[in-house]
Amino acid sequence: MRAPLAWQIATVTAIRQETATVRSFTFAVPDWQRHLAGQHYDVRLTAPDGYQAQRSYSIASEPMRTGEIDLTIERIEGGEVSSYFHDVATVGDRIEIRGPIGGYFVWEAAIGGPLLLVAGGSGVVPLMSMLRHRTGAGDHIPTALLFSSRRRDEVIYFDELESLRDADPTLRVFHTLTREQPPGWSGYGRRIDRSMLFDVLAAIGRQPRVFICGPTLLVEAAAEGLVGLAVDPAQIRTERFGPTGV
Amino acid sequence: MNERTDSDNDGSADTDGSMTLDGNAVAGLLEEIFGTDLTGQPCDCAHCGNHAEVGTMRAFILGPGVTLRCSICGEVMIRVVQTPDATYLDLRGTASLRMPRSTT
Repeated sequence: MRAPLAWQIATVTAIRQETATVRSFTFAVPDWQRHLAGQHYDVRLTAPDGYQAQRSYSIASEPMRTGEIDLTIERIEGGEVSSYFHDVATVGDRIEIRGPIGGYFVWEAAIGGPLLLVAGGSGVVPLMSMLRHRTGAGDHIPTALLFSSRRRDEVIYFDELESLRDADPTLRVFHTLTREQPPGWSGYGRRIDRSMLFDVLAAIGRQPRVFICGPTLLVEAAAEGLVGLAVDPAQIRTERFGPTGV
Repeated sequence: MNERTDSDNDGSADTDGSMTLDGNAVAGLLEEIFGTDLTGQPCDCAHCGNHAEVGTMRAFILGPGVTLRCSICGEVMIRVVQTPDATYLDLRGTASLRMPRSTT
């Protein structure tokens, strides 16, 4: 058992622009606890008049990085907390957080694989923690990531995913761009469907452990498609968030 | 996890499911109340008998409280309302809930 979940003050030590609307923030966490890939932190902002806004953000970094975490935050139009992070936050800011939180949508190398990760938009964040953990653990668990984004320039972590794939033949990365594909695009160009899932399963076998994170409609399409392809429903774990872009 | 704009809190008008979150979104609130993570723990729906982890339940979070509904039958399983000095918990829709015991 761990210590009770308590709010603490973390300090922003680095900010990285991932895409036009997505930034990653590194926080130094005084009462740091090793997380499981897939967990999140709650973040709470308090205005001078006492008004508070709280949101949950998935941890992007791997658990081995002692004393700090990365949270990748997408700007949400009209979002009270995300607009603070995109318009106001700077290195040195002190922010109230609590975590790590969650015990359902989690994976560690000891659980094993093969692993199928399916992401829509910023749903890739907890899956990136799993991929970074897998790489850091030196594990070669056969893994496939199927990642749906709207446009090429909206693909979060694109370059890092290319590097991870190039360095590891046991990792397959499949991209699909649903709105617009650049000239010469070799990935998919449609929403996730059964034939796409069939191709991905062919790359890693038909009985993977599955983690799906994204907007509800994508999560349900992917989960139902996989069950239709005889993947064991007990091996499918899902995490939903609001509609893409909201 | 991310910000949400659900305008409707209890899911009664959520006809196409496109605005639905799941139990993972309220893991922090549940841990605050129960003192341990609940999302990875199984519970039984009092309406249809579905046996599944709390993380699979559908969550409706904006407004004055949180409503968690069964992922199979859609009935309300858990409601939480917090005021400045108290937490109100309605578990009528949950037949049973597992919580791990401390081994230390």
